[in-house]
Amino acid sequence: MRADTERKVRKFIEENFLFREDRAVIADAESLIDAGLIDSTGVLELVAFLEGEFGLRMADAEIVPENLDSIRAIVAFVEGKRAVVAA
Amino acid sequence: MRVEQFLTDSARRFGDKVALVAGDARISYRELDRASDRLAGALVAHGIARDDRVIVFMDNCREAVVAIFAALKAGAVFSPINPSTKAEKLAYVINNCRARALVTQERLRAVASAALAEAPSIEVTVVAGAREPTLRGAVSFEAALAAEAQPPGNPGIDLDLAMLVYTSGSTGFPKGVMMTHRNVVAAATSITTYLENTPDDVILNVLPISFDYGLYQVLMAAKVGATLVLEQSFAFPQAIFAKMTAERVTGLPLVPTMAAIILQMRDLKPGAFPHLRYVTNTAAALPPAHIARLQELFPTARLYSMYGLTECKRCTYLPPAELARRPGSVGIAIPGTEAYVVDEHGARVAPGVVGELVIRGAHVMKGYWENPEATARALRPGPYEWEKVLYTGDLFRADDDGFLYFVGRKDDIIKTRGEKVSPKEVENALYALPGIREAAVVGVPDPILGLAIKAVVAADPQANLSAHDVIRHCARHLEDFMVPKMVEFRAALPKTESGKISRRQVAADALEPAA
Repeated sequence: MRADTERKVRKFIEENFLFREDRAVIADAESLIDAGLIDSTGVLELVAFLEGEFGLRMADAEIVPENLDSIRAIVAFVEGKRAVVAA
Repeated sequence: MRVEQFLTDSARRFGDKVALVAGDARISYRELDRASDRLAGALVAHGIARDDRVIVFMDNCREAVVAIFAALKAGAVFSPINPSTKAEKLAYVINNCRARALVTQERLRAVASAALAEAPSIEVTVVAGAREPTLRGAVSFEAALAAEAQPPGNPGIDLDLAMLVYTSGSTGFPKGVMMTHRNVVAAATSITTYLENTPDDVILNVLPISFDYGLYQVLMAAKVGATLVLEQSFAFPQAIFAKMTAERVTGLPLVPTMAAIILQMRDLKPGAFPHLRYVTNTAAALPPAHIARLQELFPTARLYSMYGLTECKRCTYLPPAELARRPGSVGIAIPGTEAYVVDEHGARVAPGVVGELVIRGAHVMKGYWENPEATARALRPGPYEWEKVLYTGDLFRADDDGFLYFVGRKDDIIKTRGEKVSPKEVENALYALPGIREAAVVGVPDPILGLAIKAVVAADPQANLSAHDVIRHCARHLEDFMVPKMVEFRAALPKTESGKISRRQVAADALEPAA
C-alpha cells in the first residue's frame, strides 16, 4: 500500500514538476519548495491530485510544508489520513 | 533626500524596534543599519564607487535587504533580479548595465557562476552563506558583516540613480528603468500617505523584492519605521496566515493570483485577522466578486485597488470609500501627481472616451538605461515645454467624476501572476529549441493566474517534440513566471498579409472553445 502510494506520488511530481529541471531524480526527503519545484499554483495542483487520487479531503490547516514539502512527507501524510479513515 | 536615509532616520528614531522579521530572524533597525553600513564599507573597500551598478540576485531574505541599503550607502545603484532568472539573462542584464558587483546567495551560486563567465564587468561578488569563495572577486558576506566598517559620509545627492529595475519590453529584451533617489522618495512618500502608514504598521510581504511592488514594501516600511515580515512565497497560505496572526500584521499587499488562492480556501473564517488594517491589490484588477468576498473575509481592513507600472512605480489608487460605488475603477492619481487620458495627438479626451493614460509627477522615471529609442516613446513632451511626461502604453477611460478604468494594453505584453511577460521574449526562447519552425505566445484567461501563458507552435514532425519537451526547454531559459503553462501544436500558424505570424489571430483562436 505504502509503496503504491509512494510510486503514484513520485510519478505525479516527476511528470508535473521535475521534468522542467535539469535533473532526473529527487530524493525522498528533499524540500520541493527549496528545490524550486513547486510554487503556489503547484501546491494547488498537488492538493487537487492527492484529493482525486486518494479520495482525501484536505483541510486548509493540512496544506502546510510539514505535510507536503517532500515526497516522504506527502506519503506519510496520505498514509496517515487513510489510517484515520480506516480506523 | 536619499533612499538610504529611510533606514538611517528610522534607526535613529526606533533603534531597538524590530525592522525585519525574516524566517526565524528578528532584526532591529539598529542592527539593519549597522549591517548595511558594514557591507557598504566592504563594497567601497573593494573598489565599488558612486554610480557603480550592484546586482542583487537573491530570494526574499534579510541579506537582500542588507544588500540593497548597503549598495545605496556606498553611493551605488542597485538592480534587483528575480531569483528564478537563468544564467543567460542574468549575464545579459549585467552586461547591459556593466555592473561591477553582484550580491547573491549560496543557493544561486551555480547560476551566478555561469553568468559571470559571460559577464566580464563584475569585479566583486558577495555570496551570502557561501560554502567556499569560488566566484571571481569573492567577498564573504558574513566576514563583511563581522568587521567594523563605515560607508562614505557623503555617498551622493538625490538626483543620482538609486536603482535600475529591469522590466519586460515588447522587443523581447528587458529594459532597465532608471529611478533616481528623488523618484523613489516621491513614490514612497505618496503611497505611504494614502495608505496612512505609521510606525505601528506590521507589513507582511511575500512578493519577490525583485518586483517593484515587493521592493517598495521594504523601502516604505523603512521609511515610516514599520516592521516588515518578509516571506519567500505564498505556496502555503496557511503558514502565511499563522505568521499574520503571530506578528499581528496590519498591512497585506496582494496580487490577484494571491487573492484567488485566498478565496479558494475552505476553512478561513471572516475576521480571522483582527489587526489587519489594509489590503492592497495591484498588477491587475480584481474581479468585483473577489473584492466583495475579500471584504467579507477581512472586515477590519480597507481594500485599496491600485494600478501602476515600473516606469513610475504607482499611477493610481482607489480611495477605499469609493470601492462600493466604483468597484471596477483603479481610482485617481496618487497624491502629488497627475494621471489623465489622451488621444493619439496627446490631447486630453472627454470622460468615457478611451485613450492612452499619461502620468505626470516626480515619481516618473528618468528613462530606460542606454535605450534612447524606447525612452523617447515612453517619455514625451508634456503640457509645459520644460518637462516630459510618461506615456504608459495602457488604454484607459475616465468616468464623469474623473475616476479611471483600465481598458487594455496597446502592445501584446501579457500580465500573468501580476508580472509582465513579453510574448517576444518567450517566442525567442522557443525558436532556440531545435525543431520549432513557428511560434506565437499568447495569454489565455485563467482563474488563478489572470492570464496563463500559452505557446502555440508549428514543429518539424521529425523532431518529435512533446509539450513536456517545449515546457522543459522554456523552464531552462526563462524565469518561472514566463514558462508556458500549455503548448498547442499546429501544422502552421496564421499569418498577416505581410507574411508575419499573426499573434493577434493566434490569440483570437486561443479564446475559441477547443474544437
